[in-house]
Amino acid sequence: MAEKTFQVVGIESSSDNEKIQKPSLTFWQDAWRRLKLNKVAVVSMWFLIAISVFTIVMVPFLSQQQANKFNPNEIATYKDLPPKSGLPIPGWEGKHDGDDLYSDQNVPAGKNFILGTDDTGRSVAKRVIVGIRISLTIAIVASLGDLIIGVSFGVFSAWKGGWIDLILQRFIEILSSVPFIVIVTLFTLLLGAGIWSVIISLILTGWINMARQIRAQTLSVKEQDYVLAATVLGERPLKIAMKHIIPNISSTIIVQLMMTIPQAITSEAILSALGLGVQPPTSSLGSMINDARDEIQYYPYLVLIPGTFLVLISLAFYLFGDGLRDAFDPKSGDSGD
Amino acid sequence: MAKYILKRILMMVLTVFIVTALTFVMMQWMPGSPFNNPKLSASQIAQLSKQYGLSKPIWQQFLNYLVNAAHFNFGTSYINTGQSVSLMISQRLPVSMELGIQALILGVPLGMYIGTYQAMRKNTARDYSLSIITLFFTALPDFLLGMLLMLFFAIDMPIFPITGWNSWMSSVLPTLALGMGVIAFVARFTRSQTLETLDSDQIQLAYAKGLDEGQVIMKHAVRNSLIPVLTLLGPLTAGLLTGSALIETIFSIPGIGNQFVSSISSKDYPVIMGTTIVYTILLQVMILLGDIATAIADPRIRLGGKD
Amino acid sequence: MTEKPVLQVKNLSVEFHTYAGTIKAIRNVSFELNKGETLAIVGESGSGKSVTTHTLMGLNASNATISAGHIFYKGKDLLKFSEEEFEELRGGEVAMIFQDPMTSLDPTMKIGKQIMEVILLHDEDIEKEQAAAKALELMKQVGIPNAEEHFQDYPHQWSGGMRQRAVIAVALAGNPDILIADEPTTALDVTIQAQILHLMKEIQSEIDSSIIFITHDLGVVAGMADKVAVMYAGQIVEYGTTEEIFYNPQHPYTWGLLNSMPTTDIDTDELSSIPGTPPDLLNLPKGDPFAPRNRYALDIDYEEEPPFFQLSDTHYAATWLLDKRAPKITPPKEILKRWDKWKKFGSKSALPKISKFGVAEKKKTAKETAVPKSGAEVTGKDNI
Repeated sequence: MAEKTFQVVGIESSSDNEKIQKPSLTFWQDAWRRLKLNKVAVVSMWFLIAISVFTIVMVPFLSQQQANKFNPNEIATYKDLPPKSGLPIPGWEGKHDGDDLYSDQNVPAGKNFILGTDDTGRSVAKRVIVGIRISLTIAIVASLGDLIIGVSFGVFSAWKGGWIDLILQRFIEILSSVPFIVIVTLFTLLLGAGIWSVIISLILTGWINMARQIRAQTLSVKEQDYVLAATVLGERPLKIAMKHIIPNISSTIIVQLMMTIPQAITSEAILSALGLGVQPPTSSLGSMINDARDEIQYYPYLVLIPGTFLVLISLAFYLFGDGLRDAFDPKSGDSGD
Repeated sequence: MAKYILKRILMMVLTVFIVTALTFVMMQWMPGSPFNNPKLSASQIAQLSKQYGLSKPIWQQFLNYLVNAAHFNFGTSYINTGQSVSLMISQRLPVSMELGIQALILGVPLGMYIGTYQAMRKNTARDYSLSIITLFFTALPDFLLGMLLMLFFAIDMPIFPITGWNSWMSSVLPTLALGMGVIAFVARFTRSQTLETLDSDQIQLAYAKGLDEGQVIMKHAVRNSLIPVLTLLGPLTAGLLTGSALIETIFSIPGIGNQFVSSISSKDYPVIMGTTIVYTILLQVMILLGDIATAIADPRIRLGGKD
Repeated sequence: MTEKPVLQVKNLSVEFHTYAGTIKAIRNVSFELNKGETLAIVGESGSGKSVTTHTLMGLNASNATISAGHIFYKGKDLLKFSEEEFEELRGGEVAMIFQDPMTSLDPTMKIGKQIMEVILLHDEDIEKEQAAAKALELMKQVGIPNAEEHFQDYPHQWSGGMRQRAVIAVALAGNPDILIADEPTTALDVTIQAQILHLMKEIQSEIDSSIIFITHDLGVVAGMADKVAVMYAGQIVEYGTTEEIFYNPQHPYTWGLLNSMPTTDIDTDELSSIPGTPPDLLNLPKGDPFAPRNRYALDIDYEEEPPFFQLSDTHYAATWLLDKRAPKITPPKEILKRWDKWKKFGSKSALPKISKFGVAEKKKTAKETAVPKSGAEVTGKDNI
């Protein structure tokens, strides 16, 4: 045996030797594998998926009008009823200070408002579902708007460079030094309050951050050899942007999008609280909180219920976004903005 | 450094000019604004037309408006008839500034402390829990936190007064409501900055010199991550302006923000315009202060060689 | 040498624990360092060079454990040191020069102060003024011109070469017995590299300290080191005096390194590279980890790791080719040329001067680049 083992065999098989030892994973597979290890991010992701699916599924069953409708003349409006689950869960039995408000208002047995009713007798549960739908729609549409403007602006500015970049950067600098509250107030007054003016206001203030991030990323990608090669080969700038730059900054774009959505949710709530947001009778999470503001002493659940959903949804987006960022860039491990 | 600061001041003047021009445009075309409000009485119109020279060409009107704005003359309120807007603002501004400064004093040092601590204990259970807590306060809007604090600590447990601004006790809840967001924001930023610093070669060298962890953090890491934190002063102020407007409304604090919110619902344009410009100037001044502080702390800016 | 070595590393193994498994960063590493001696550790990135030196300084990441071995510094076992004792050691008895001078100085602290910091830290009796004077002395020693004027400068005002001199001054400030230089010239311009290498040689002869010189470039080793340890996949594969490594190399990996280095000491027709990539330290292959890249690999290399074969008092190599049972193979012809030289001149073979760059121009360029970057900063200063 000893004789044989001292034969020169060299490099065993030439095809093997340039092989990378680890099983190869694409960038996205690798990120997905790391994301799956982050329990908090995974829970947040499933929570967001569940909320979105539920909201979408409920569209045909619950229209906005249904949630808004109330009849001031109708006798059987059940006003200001606390949440009642129909199960013997303490604090969820439709009682207030021991008073069974359901029987006080002669609500038929078996008719439970799982999240209670507001001061006009509308079901809080219905309004919250519609509120989530509207808040999420506003936030997602506004964030997509940020994305489109921010990405084109950022890529353009960084790609052009020189004086164009300089002027665009000064423009961004000036715009970002105008207080949020000033911009949204002026524009909502100009456009009139409503869902669309909320979305436009949010885009007006939100795209700047996206543009900055994208510009910084583009600047570094721009220096890469493959972009240089494409330029030398005479590819058109638009094609380079679409084929080489945007795919390479897509992880930044996705993370930034996940961070922009909760900011938009909060901003929508702030606008509603300022009286510049979604107008009654339409409900958004922010407007529900704002409407119940003066009654918080008596009907705290009218604030707590939409407030809880607002915070949970925002938090889930942030946690998921954080997880995504760490998954895309395992070195970072930070949580900067 | 003088050149750098001069540049910042020029930007600041330009920004205020642009916002003022924007408000002028709004005044021109917006229904119900001072220039075209059908509800104004004849004497009010006469006064406005005298003040803004409505018969003159539009560029002269704009100049006039600029001159007025430069003198902080924003006309008189529609609602509190005859009250000068600048007087209304100047009476209420100190209250808002007090609230804002209290929130900054609470939030910035505490946020930096928490962020640095997290970075030093990166990826431990404490770091994770603090991350989730700071994220929670990032996701929780100031005004909602204000309402919750009021519900729990003024109504359910009457420790603090529900509303008002007349004692130290009455400022606790509003300051907390504003300050928690500041803590969360600063902590998150400081954590990421400090992690970046701790990962750098200069920190390796500091350890290789024989410094212990505390010395490395205090002598090298904190100063290096402090510099970017100073630039947060601008964005923080912008957030505080919005936050305080709502917090003041919730706690009935007689500040400029409370007045601003009610002027929006009552479409009291002169007050809206005046506050808008004051807000812009406030933010500009804070950004400038942040820039000056950064320049002082960072020799690369102070002595040139960066940017 | 009859003197007891300053540093003895014996069978050192370090592991890193990650979610994916245990990385065996270094395995069974042994070497000795005598007073005034320079040891070069040569290897590709990931071969364990830096982990070795970080372990010496107690600077490894928290997920690293030393699974076996000993490090004796002047007879004391470093692995039994407390954190406090390590702090005493670092910067004092063992100092480190880092790779990239652009990032290794604190940008917010004056350079003079950064040097003083070390002096004050390791000498409790010294006054501030004395420390400042000593720091100034060091700045002059490392060749910073007009050191008095530049004592209060910040790093960004200096060029890379000057900054590396400052980093060296920081390392010298604690009068170290051992200087660890972790690729100290890799980040510098080629012309500056030679200056820095000469400076290190000069200083070593002045203060008589030992140097561990880490590099991936055998070229810079020739003029610098007395002994060379060639590392591959966390192990030393060949260890010997510089002459032995250069003119009597035995390990095929050393052959590969020598053949990929441009040199003037033998005639070479072409440079060749080592095929393949270093192994994954998470899943080391069975046998010799270099076998899959080794043109001269034997059957047994795929089965069993080779032991060290001793060639002389100072020369060891871990390759089965040295086993009695191994067939005679013919190494590449460049290596044969080196062996010829060895046979003719033995250890007196003329080593190449500090490779690639000439020595003559050193004095002149040192002066030229000595002034901080450009006039821009000077005028910038006046404006303030």
